[in-house]
Amino acid sequence: MQWQIEILLYIILIVAALSALGIRNLLAAVVILNIFSFMSASIMVSMGAIDVAFTEAVVGAGAVGVFNILAILRTSRKSLD
Amino acid sequence: MKTPSGSPIIQVAARGLVPVIQIIGLYVFFHGHYSPGGGFQGGVLLAASILLARLSLGTEVSQLLFPARKTIIFSALGALIFAGTGLAALLAGGHFLNYEFLPLPGLEPAELRNWGILIIESGVTLTVMTSLIAIYDEIIGC
Repeated sequence: MQWQIEILLYIILIVAALSALGIRNLLAAVVILNIFSFMSASIMVSMGAIDVAFTEAVVGAGAVGVFNILAILRTSRKSLD
Repeated sequence: MKTPSGSPIIQVAARGLVPVIQIIGLYVFFHGHYSPGGGFQGGVLLAASILLARLSLGTEVSQLLFPARKTIIFSALGALIFAGTGLAALLAGGHFLNYEFLPLPGLEPAELRNWGILIIESGVTLTVMTSLIAIYDEIIGC
């Protein structure tokens, strides 16, 4: 049963990474990057690395999201390319 | 941000959540010996609570919680605790960071290792927490 859940997590991880690269709205890209971070933490839990997963979840949710939103605040909302 | 949030729901929720996150951070820090967690994760959780207050309650209130001018001082103090513990063990006859040689009287070597790790982790927690808050204050400019 475990490998089906792991494959589902991997699919969500790759889809989140590709859509964060492709999306024009930068605030939505930050939210999708938070999804990426949470999915990678879940994959680390399923591999048995609880300590790494805890670090990933705490840093991805607590610090990196806030800093990315602040970086958007200092620039423009939409991507220009 | 600099002015408080206009929504009362966000303000009340942030005021309730900040102490809970700080309690969880202290739990993670003190249980780093026995369970997943430790100095880095506890420090990031403590910093996240202060960052939540800075984002939602405005600069004026959150500066009372943790002033911006003290962040670099506490960051240097945490690094000093880490390096000072290692150098104390080095000067007392052991290797660098060998807690068994720490000059604390009246403790067995196993107890010395227990307390030495706790001292190291407190330095790491202090440095990580204040460094993240200092990065936020530098970006927002206060």
